[in-house]
Amino acid sequence: MSYLQIKNLHAQTGDIKILKGVNLEINKGEVHALMGPNGSGKSTLSSVIMGHPDYEVTEGDILLNGESILEMDPDERALAGLFLCFQYPVAIPGVSISNFMKKAVDARHPEGKAPAGPFLKEMRENMEYLDMDKSFANRGLNEGFSGGEKKRMEILQMMMFKPSISIMDETDSGLDIDALQVVAKGVNKMRGPDLGLLVITHYERILTYINPQYLHILMDGKVVMSGGPELVKTLEEKGYDWVREQVSVTA
Amino acid sequence: MPEFETDSNLVQEYKYGFFTDIETDTIPKGLNEEVIAIISAKKNEPVWMLEWRLKAFRRWQKMKNPDWAFLDMPEIDFQDIHYYSAPKEAVDMKEMDPELLKTFERLGIPMGERDALSGVAMDVVFDSVSVGTTHKEMLEELGIIFCSISEAIQEHPELVKQYLGTVVPPGDNFYAALNSAVFTDGSFCYIPKGVTCPVELSTYFRINAADTGQFERTLIICDDNATCSYLEGCTAPARDTNQLHAAVVEIVALENADVKYSTVQNWYAGDEEGKGGIYNFVTKRGHCRGRKSKISWTQVEVGAAITWKYPSCVLEGDGSVGEFYSVAFTNNKMQADTGTKMIHVGKNTSSTIISKGISAGESSNNYRGLVKVMEGASNARNHSICDSLLIGRDCSANTFPYIESEDDSAHLAHEATTSTISEDQLFYLKSRGLSEEDAASMVVKGFCKDVFKKLPLEFSVEAIKLLEIKLEGSIG
Repeated sequence: MSYLQIKNLHAQTGDIKILKGVNLEINKGEVHALMGPNGSGKSTLSSVIMGHPDYEVTEGDILLNGESILEMDPDERALAGLFLCFQYPVAIPGVSISNFMKKAVDARHPEGKAPAGPFLKEMRENMEYLDMDKSFANRGLNEGFSGGEKKRMEILQMMMFKPSISIMDETDSGLDIDALQVVAKGVNKMRGPDLGLLVITHYERILTYINPQYLHILMDGKVVMSGGPELVKTLEEKGYDWVREQVSVTA
Repeated sequence: MPEFETDSNLVQEYKYGFFTDIETDTIPKGLNEEVIAIISAKKNEPVWMLEWRLKAFRRWQKMKNPDWAFLDMPEIDFQDIHYYSAPKEAVDMKEMDPELLKTFERLGIPMGERDALSGVAMDVVFDSVSVGTTHKEMLEELGIIFCSISEAIQEHPELVKQYLGTVVPPGDNFYAALNSAVFTDGSFCYIPKGVTCPVELSTYFRINAADTGQFERTLIICDDNATCSYLEGCTAPARDTNQLHAAVVEIVALENADVKYSTVQNWYAGDEEGKGGIYNFVTKRGHCRGRKSKISWTQVEVGAAITWKYPSCVLEGDGSVGEFYSVAFTNNKMQADTGTKMIHVGKNTSSTIISKGISAGESSNNYRGLVKVMEGASNARNHSICDSLLIGRDCSANTFPYIESEDDSAHLAHEATTSTISEDQLFYLKSRGLSEEDAASMVVKGFCKDVFKKLPLEFSVEAIKLLEIKLEGSIG
């Protein structure tokens, strides 16, 4: 049984059906990439997994460690081990990163409060690893951040919260090559037997830094094709039209 | 800014809503010249003080309760109020009524010897009288006078005579006139030339007795090159009738003086249906009389059924500076109409206004402010930021900024925003493992940060904690 199981997931916002039967399984220790053309439902899938209130699940289930999370609030899902790297993280003006991080780390601590010393040390080390300046910790959360700073901030959180399943929603979009490398560095550091990763992306570029074991292609709200690393190359050469042809042939 | 953790044990109901059963000396309800004479006599006041009060009373009788703020309130029967109530027992600190001491313990006010080292000198006003001031000797050595206004009238009549009513004249407005006639106690501070007051001067106002009006009168004078920081806090028992707190606070800043005045106002706000609560009708004004003087108001308003106040600065001295930083939180049926007036008179004067209004429930939260630049006040500068945050759909927030400039060289900038806590912000924080309440509370505290960081450190912690308690139950 996989750690994260997405079974025949149907979801809609208002009357618009976006996910039309997604099946996907991710285990700890695995890195999966999910690609698809614009409008295929990639970002919706990540929002639905995290429990965004704008989406309604009409059919299917999401299981984490064998248990359905559909009835859980986003905060409960987070504490159960899910993490979402947002494509567009919102700003929370006036809330310092250190205060926010402490609260979020406290929420995960068995006693409800993480000792300040080790917390600060770990945060400092992780920030250094991501080439973030120390003064960053005093800034307002995502307040006036550049695109690259926002994404580093997301990776920093992933490193601090240590999720079992992390979904990266187009973390690479809008990043220059330096920022992309830093993001990849953080992700690769996190890789290991305790983390299952789902990297959602529009471009193959990031996949050359993060070598996924599996690639899935999402089209029109369904996973239409899955394969190993070789599929990345094929997709790069032949494009989504080829996928469409293949799918219509098998259909 | 200190950042506070939510303490889940904090109760959300008003925890200062208890009543202390002590013997009191209360005069019968009603307001007339005889009552004023009794108040004056009880305080052993000199004749000039009584005459001053009576003059104010006669003026007040000709005035009308103003209605321009469009507050929703029943007519106040000024004959149905006790104008004086005081604990009967001796008010000497060492022989303080044990019930009263217990009260202060519950309110968390340091009155005993053991707290003498904390960096705050405290005056406490219980209903109509001051019941004790701490740190007196240390302050006396520096020449600082910090005592109740009643004591100042007797001990330092020359200073009181020189300054009382010079910033807020008795006829200034309806409630200022009423206060001038019947004020019972409050604090008096005088910081002599060149002295920087080493501790926070603080007054705690407690309304205890029922149907009693509290008429606080505070006068702060900061002489040339002197500096002080003053803080007041307030609470009252939970009752289903309304009570009136009509204060007048006057600040005088002489040449190069620097006064910081902070308020954490937590009067009982009434219940969910809007029954009971304190009417907080206050006139607070500072006068920057000397060159390069500075007066800074910081207020955190989280209580009272109706709040009506505009701490203001008259910037007369050349190069003087006025500041107003405010967080006003309203919930249930509370009404707040608060803001400031910055009157630029001297040359090169500047003022800053940062107002953060948070409304929840069915409350109404208004910012009303005036920036006025008089003719000849060349190079006046003002920067105003007025932000409102709405929690829920039944509350309201309004901003009424008035700007009047009679001098072309003025630089005036005004920014205003109204927002709600966005779904995206809540989802983001919740996806990080924070509960809905913690997430909302974090957004609100972030919203208020620019004001909280202006409070003295330890009070900033208190204010954040207080706001957290008030937010509980108003979200979701």
